[in-house]
Amino acid sequence: MMNDLFRPIVTAEAPDKKPALHEPPRCIIKVKDLSAWYGNKIVINDISMGIGKQAITALIGPSGCGKSTFIRCLNRMHEVVEGGRVSGQVLKDGQDIYAPGVDPVDIRRRVGMVFQRASVFPAMSIFNNVASGITLTRFWSRRSDLQDVVERSLRKAALWDEVKDKLDQPGSSLSGGQQQRLCIARAIAIEPEIILMDEPCSALDPISTLKIEELMLEIKKDYTVVIVTHNMQQAARVSDWTGFLLLGELIEYSRTREVFTVPKDKRTEDYITGRFG
Amino acid sequence: MMKKSEQATTLLPGLRHKEAAARPRVGDRIFSKVTLFFALLIVLILAGLLIALNIDAWPAVQKFGLSFLTSVSWDPVREEFGALPAVYGTLLSSLIGLIIAVPVSIGSAVFLSELAPEWLCRPCSFLIEMLAAIPSVIIGLWGLFVMVPFIRNPIEKWLGSSLGFLPFFQGPPFGVGFLSAGIILAIMVIPIITAVSRDVMRAVPITQREAMLALGATRWEMITRAVLPYCRSGLIGAVILGLGRALGETMAVTMVIGNSYNLTPSLFSPGVTIASKVASEFSEASGDLYIGSLIELALVLFGITLLVNIIARLLVWRSISVRGGGE
Amino acid sequence: MNRTEGYLQRRWFNRLMLVLCGCAAAITIIFLALILGYTFINGITYFNLDFITQASKPVGESGGGMRDEIFGTFILVGLASVIALPVGLLAGIFLAEFAGRKMASAIRFAADILAGVPSIIVGVFAYALLVRPLHSYSALSAGVALAIIMIPVVARTAEESLRLVPGSQREAALALGISRWRIILGVIIPGATTGIVTGIMLAVARVAGETAPLIFTALGSAFGVQGLTVPIGALPLQIYRYALSPYSDWQKQAWAAAFLLVILVLGINIVVRLVSNRRK
Ligand SMILES: Nc1ncnc2c1ncn2[C@@H]1O[C@H](COP(=O)(O)OP(=O)(O)OP(=O)(O)O)[C@@H](O)[C@H]1O
Ligand SMILES: [Mg+2]
Repeated sequence: MMNDLFRPIVTAEAPDKKPALHEPPRCIIKVKDLSAWYGNKIVINDISMGIGKQAITALIGPSGCGKSTFIRCLNRMHEVVEGGRVSGQVLKDGQDIYAPGVDPVDIRRRVGMVFQRASVFPAMSIFNNVASGITLTRFWSRRSDLQDVVERSLRKAALWDEVKDKLDQPGSSLSGGQQQRLCIARAIAIEPEIILMDEPCSALDPISTLKIEELMLEIKKDYTVVIVTHNMQQAARVSDWTGFLLLGELIEYSRTREVFTVPKDKRTEDYITGRFG
Repeated sequence: MMKKSEQATTLLPGLRHKEAAARPRVGDRIFSKVTLFFALLIVLILAGLLIALNIDAWPAVQKFGLSFLTSVSWDPVREEFGALPAVYGTLLSSLIGLIIAVPVSIGSAVFLSELAPEWLCRPCSFLIEMLAAIPSVIIGLWGLFVMVPFIRNPIEKWLGSSLGFLPFFQGPPFGVGFLSAGIILAIMVIPIITAVSRDVMRAVPITQREAMLALGATRWEMITRAVLPYCRSGLIGAVILGLGRALGETMAVTMVIGNSYNLTPSLFSPGVTIASKVASEFSEASGDLYIGSLIELALVLFGITLLVNIIARLLVWRSISVRGGGE
Repeated sequence: MNRTEGYLQRRWFNRLMLVLCGCAAAITIIFLALILGYTFINGITYFNLDFITQASKPVGESGGGMRDEIFGTFILVGLASVIALPVGLLAGIFLAEFAGRKMASAIRFAADILAGVPSIIVGVFAYALLVRPLHSYSALSAGVALAIIMIPVVARTAEESLRLVPGSQREAALALGISRWRIILGVIIPGATTGIVTGIMLAVARVAGETAPLIFTALGSAFGVQGLTVPIGALPLQIYRYALSPYSDWQKQAWAAAFLLVILVLGINIVVRLVSNRRK
């Protein structure tokens, strides 16, 4: 009731006039009017933005503002959660990934994802972990055919030198940082165009974090990266574009330099200077 | 009014995508259908069991009607069959079993969950589980050759001479009979009741215990006033689960109950249970009516155990789901 | 301080009852020791090489063994496993992965009820289903009876082990663009292997000792193992027959057979528990 009473006042002020957002010149993904729910609770409220090709886009915002939910909408992982619903459009190369008839499994092969906590498959060897995205979508694959892909992916993930002698040991025998890089290698192995990373470094020590940041800058040449992070320095260091989310809304989105030096919105400024809440 | 329309607009677009997502790949569809088929097979087996037993028992049901349950004769030659002594024997032996098993099991469960230190608890639990794993025919073998002679001589003699004024303890000591069957059943259900009660007791929150101890209660008072009342329905469930097992237990009972169609209060007397009757006569039975009567006996047993098991499941589930809340 | 006297009484009562609880546990274990002790002592006394290499002899002739019955037990358990494992596993997969909440609890309920059906009744069912229509006792009908006993056990343990695989694994696999059935077969089942194998082995051990459902399905055979559509002998069945026979020679063989069966059944149980405990 309260919400209904207050809503007209807010909308009367700016019915359609959303703050003009910058957009990268070459977008691989265009999000249009995206909203997402858990059950009846709205978590992402009408977000529109473009994500630049072969760039790193960072999403920052306070805990619970919907960052994870938002990036999960980009590869149709949100609908996996019970009660998860989405409306609006996510255009990848001009095609709506939510259009009827689009296979979510297919989308997820083009838009890979790395989670906050490394989710190595413990029953598989390191080799099989990296190859799993390939082997589990084919009927039959020979190890010799996979050798190349596995090595390439592990090299890209800066893990090859550490594991090349123990590829047949279980994936769970690695350290936390190594496991996270293994997950990245696993995501790279299926050669997606875009990699979504949900706080990939939050459980890692500074050295592993640094390694993963270097890795992101490295793979940016071939891939588009979207990263969620709580670490503002990290966003400032690695990303080209930064978006600030608050309570499910995109408050500010522009070049990282601008967001961190001349934020347009008061709330963004409060957040990045740590004066928030 | 406004709220309603708003809800409609927020719900609808999501539904569109849900529909799009609800069309999984061919492989997924086939796989889920196949697993569904096998899951339904379980239900089908249960239904088939009920139907097949009913069909084959039909001749007897038709002939005897309800008097099957109240008649005491079992005469294959004159083709007169009645279930009463078997039902009586089943209930009596299970009752004896429970009377012995319940205090022992609850005591063991209290020991395992409240008293024993970790190093003692694990091996004890392990051993009790081993007792549950021993095949019933072996317990029957042991019962027949080791326990029955012991029951006959010191135990039944002594009971007869000291408590002989009660109708339960009259008559010659055969050894085989209701008493032996009851004791064997006790041995077989103790591990079940113990294991389930132990789990149920462990599900009682620590705070309940601490609150009682803080009031100055002794350990035993804590157990009887905090732990046991808290998990009462789970304990009852455990006992009923044991009862379900005892009612249907076949081999061990068949080997020590003596298999004679008796309806007497004397615990020393040989008797039968439904399961032992079916086990010992089925392969020799001939004629639709005789076989039908045995199958109707099985049907009666099925009905009883079904009821008992459903009650037990409901009770145990409810008290374990109290713990499951934290999951 | 007038509580002191009552306190002493309460303390003694407390001690007494706690000791009684310990005794209850001890009684249980004493029963186990008695049963195992007699089985082992008698079993070892009467056990010899002939017992596992010779076929049974007719009444009157001494000697002989249970070669065919031992073989028969393995065949029956194998047959039951071949039928029950696919059914149980796939049903378990359905319960853990595909079933909606209502569907799952209905099927789970049916499985629990089926698991609680006395094994003798399962035997009667197999008789009505296969023996009567085919006019012959058979190994097949016995295998089906044992399978019906195994199915709910396998299904429920499989379901529980599959549920223990963390959701993050499913999520990670989904994000790799793997379809659901490949995820289940390639990621989730390998992650649950220990639990599933434990459940299967325990079910096998349970079924290996089952006797009641064999009496009027397998029947027993004096001619060894001759096929699946004719009667077949089994170790537990022979224990039952020989124990109730009046011949002391046969009774001795029953003890030897019991010894073998206990080693088989408890052996599986012990190994399985040790392995699964170590994994924890
Ligand atoms: N499975 C779920 N069911 C219901 N509500 C959920 C679920 N997951 C998240 N939410 C809610 O959705 C909102 C956004 O969650 P989300 O995980 O996207 O936030 P976040 O920005 O990633 O936070 P964090 O920085 O802590 O990871 C939160 O308010 C949360 O409570
Ligand atoms: Mg998050």
